[in-house]
Amino acid sequence: MNMRESQNMTHTVAVARSEGPSKASVIGRSVTRLEDGPLVRGDGSFAADINFAYQIHMRVVRSQIAHGRIIKIDIDEALAQPGVIAVWTHADVAEVPPIPFRATTLKGLEPYCQHILARDRVRYVGEPIAVIFATDPYLAEDASDLVWPEIEPLPVLLDAFEEPGEFAPGLSTEPAVIRKGYGDVDAAFAGAHAIVELDLAIGRHSGVPLECRGAVARYDAGRDVLEMHGAAKKSHWNRDEMAKMLGRSPSGFHLYEGHVGGGFGVRGELYPEDVLVCLAALRLRRPIKWIEDRREHLIATNHSRQQRHLIKAAIDAEGHLLAIHDEFFHDQGAYVRTHGPRVADMAAGLLLGPYRVPAYRALGHYRLTNKTGCGTYRSPGRYETTFVRERLMDAIAKRIGVDPVTLRRRNLIKSSEMPYARPLDALGVDVILDSGDYAGLLDKTLMRVNWDQLNTNLAARRAEGELVGVGLAMFVEKSGLGPSDGVRLTVDVTGSIQLVTGAASVGQGMETVLAQICAEELGVKYSVIRVLHGRTDLIEFGNGAHASRVTVMSGSATQIAAQKIRRKALEAGAIILKIPVDELELVEGHVRQLSHPQGPSVSLGDIAKDLHPSSRTLAGREPGLSAEGWFFSEHMNYPYGIHVAQVNIDKGTGEVKVERYLVAYDVGLAVNPMLIKGQLVGGLAQGLGGALYEEFTYDQEGQPLSTTLADYLMVTAQEMPQVDVMITEDAPSPLNPLGMKGAGEGGTNGVGAAVAAAVDNALNAPGFVTRLPIKPMTIHRHLRETKYKVVPHA
Amino acid sequence: MNQRDIVLKINGAEHPIQVQPRRTLVDAIRDDCGLTGTHIGCEHGACGACTVLVDGVPVRSCLMFAVQAEGCEIRTVEGLACAGQLNPLQQSFIEHHALQCGFCTPGFLMLATGLLEQNRAISDEELLDALSSNLCRCTGYQNILDAVKAVRNALAADQTA
Repeated sequence: MNMRESQNMTHTVAVARSEGPSKASVIGRSVTRLEDGPLVRGDGSFAADINFAYQIHMRVVRSQIAHGRIIKIDIDEALAQPGVIAVWTHADVAEVPPIPFRATTLKGLEPYCQHILARDRVRYVGEPIAVIFATDPYLAEDASDLVWPEIEPLPVLLDAFEEPGEFAPGLSTEPAVIRKGYGDVDAAFAGAHAIVELDLAIGRHSGVPLECRGAVARYDAGRDVLEMHGAAKKSHWNRDEMAKMLGRSPSGFHLYEGHVGGGFGVRGELYPEDVLVCLAALRLRRPIKWIEDRREHLIATNHSRQQRHLIKAAIDAEGHLLAIHDEFFHDQGAYVRTHGPRVADMAAGLLLGPYRVPAYRALGHYRLTNKTGCGTYRSPGRYETTFVRERLMDAIAKRIGVDPVTLRRRNLIKSSEMPYARPLDALGVDVILDSGDYAGLLDKTLMRVNWDQLNTNLAARRAEGELVGVGLAMFVEKSGLGPSDGVRLTVDVTGSIQLVTGAASVGQGMETVLAQICAEELGVKYSVIRVLHGRTDLIEFGNGAHASRVTVMSGSATQIAAQKIRRKALEAGAIILKIPVDELELVEGHVRQLSHPQGPSVSLGDIAKDLHPSSRTLAGREPGLSAEGWFFSEHMNYPYGIHVAQVNIDKGTGEVKVERYLVAYDVGLAVNPMLIKGQLVGGLAQGLGGALYEEFTYDQEGQPLSTTLADYLMVTAQEMPQVDVMITEDAPSPLNPLGMKGAGEGGTNGVGAAVAAAVDNALNAPGFVTRLPIKPMTIHRHLRETKYKVVPHA
Repeated sequence: MNQRDIVLKINGAEHPIQVQPRRTLVDAIRDDCGLTGTHIGCEHGACGACTVLVDGVPVRSCLMFAVQAEGCEIRTVEGLACAGQLNPLQQSFIEHHALQCGFCTPGFLMLATGLLEQNRAISDEELLDALSSNLCRCTGYQNILDAVKAVRNALAADQTA
């Protein structure tokens, strides 16, 4: 077993475990990953690596016009090209219903869903209008240039802040307004000592995994089974919904998740191309392969984030929040996609973060524009609202004349108030902050970065003429979205252990984490456990991987299943060894007597033989050393964190360099600190991209301008700051036996907010940053306008 | 379009294949020679996922035609391990948690292999500069840099020993 002590973190494992043989606990250890061997050898099985004999290649023809009425699409020339087998437009797939979405309580969104090929109108550049099927991907791409659409342009709507237009006759581009809130907001504002108002915006970003999407479908007519390979994230939901769309029974339709080259919210959602390959496999009776190229990815796969918030706070003389009113405009892009209104819903439901807010009103305008459709992206609704809320807190601090840390501390919910129920819901469940010591983490953070000394040092550098500054942001994440997760655990006669889960792997290390939890209960090495995921043919139900739910939900289900196996093994061992069960222990894969570790023992493999259905010793017991574990949760849990960014601005170019960064994050229980640190640092890189570099932009006609990785600027090794990660376990979740909370999104959540505060600080211009990403030209303009006269801080 | 008969020599093995002149090297490696460890991330030389070594030099195999690589010694990620044993760089990536989804990993491994073969004593600055030419969306790069530096340091220790 390969182990590596985590560096750079204060990490103490002092959480009560369930009763077990944990002499050398594997939970809490930074063990290396089960996933890595095949991936470093090049043996991975990513979507494009899957091939079937006689496969046909699909190429999508996409709209080059942002909004228009389809007059005619001429496919004759394309159809006549060598190797071309079929060309479809909407008329060929008219019976297939549009792609559905995962509902919230909001009604009336159905007419806004996307058809798998555009019907009547195109609504964004990149919308599929036809598909080519050919014997070779090069030939398919050649033919796609010979499809001639005739489209009458219509006026484009590109800004969700503008007056809504017409989606279709009788349908507004504002399908819904999300309303949440509680308390007497108007009275609070009427009686306030002061009102602080801000107008803030977040740009359009997305997950942009390194692997583009892909799907390979085949139909086995002999068994009447349709398969789609290259699935990710939500295999079961996608299978069930596609089965409905194609009129098939889910039991004859299976999705297979292989290796997945990054998820981040966008990959593994149900898109037109998934349905098209499945439909084509049924119709053309040959395997169909579709691999997205990067340009397609950047205009067709979900975008995210874009919102504008008009937020105001009513405060008393000490800066205590009395009420918050937020009216925001959510740019959903051209269609309601699979997430429905979830990002806007979470923005409204989770905006308040760690603060006590007596009255609150959110009004979210959920609006469609002629741009790529949107969905979730790592820390959806929270990256945006943490920026908005923390900007507000900084503005209040300035208004009251106290430092930002003091102002925050005055408004934090206390650990003694936990669990803290907000009269709000998000994702259809009540927001009940389950546990947390926000002030405690603030203390630890300030000590970790030596806050006062740091500010003194930076002030001295500013006095020398450098544009350096520091910013801090606090936030509450959410994780462990229910309602349920199940796993099936089987020990075979060789003692090998297989865990089948309905969860998914998008590269986050879930196989290792589930194996660690399983190994802990069974007293075996984690490396002997094989974890299978994302396969609808192996397990009937699954909720996939999203919302930082896998460790919490599937991890808890794994623990339950492993406890059942353990009990079964001990009971069987008692019969075999003729020793009372309460005198036995399960250690290193063997059942043995507690008082005589060197005495007789029996291996898990031999117990599996004993419990084999054909075993003569079965004697009426349930056959098989196997068990299912189910975990149910009605509520999410709420990890929390603090980000501290230190920046240095180039006076000549306005470029922001992040010199140092701290992510402090409480996960309740750290199953594998190395993987959590990996999640936090990786998430930070994406958050930093959104704060400083990444943005999907459009010209006035709705032509996308970020269509290559040379336009959409992701962080490289050069831009990454020196990162310190502090993982704490101060507030285990009471909602699962191990106390775990998710860590997938805490590295991303606070970056925009912390970097914005640091830039303000460096420029000595409180409130300067009102928009993400913070571009060099904006800072350059400011420097020019202020003629470089940056006043040193008092 | 006309087809050309060429032989690609990859990891020491010869692959006689028939390709169009326009076929990219990465497509030929993956789909004609069956070595799918080399990945395609952008097809315009920006991400580096398709990095292979051509005559010892790191090359974006999406920016080269297969016919241009005839007669060259091509090395891909499949050639790094020896008799089932991971090489030090592969082992270091695992120990430093330098990969998550693993899609960019083969490109980084080949880039780092080329860099260390060209200069065993490559400086931290040079390493940062060269490794920033490949994109990773999962790790935030710290662990990738640490993994490569560990191998470089071990090579230096070997030399002085």
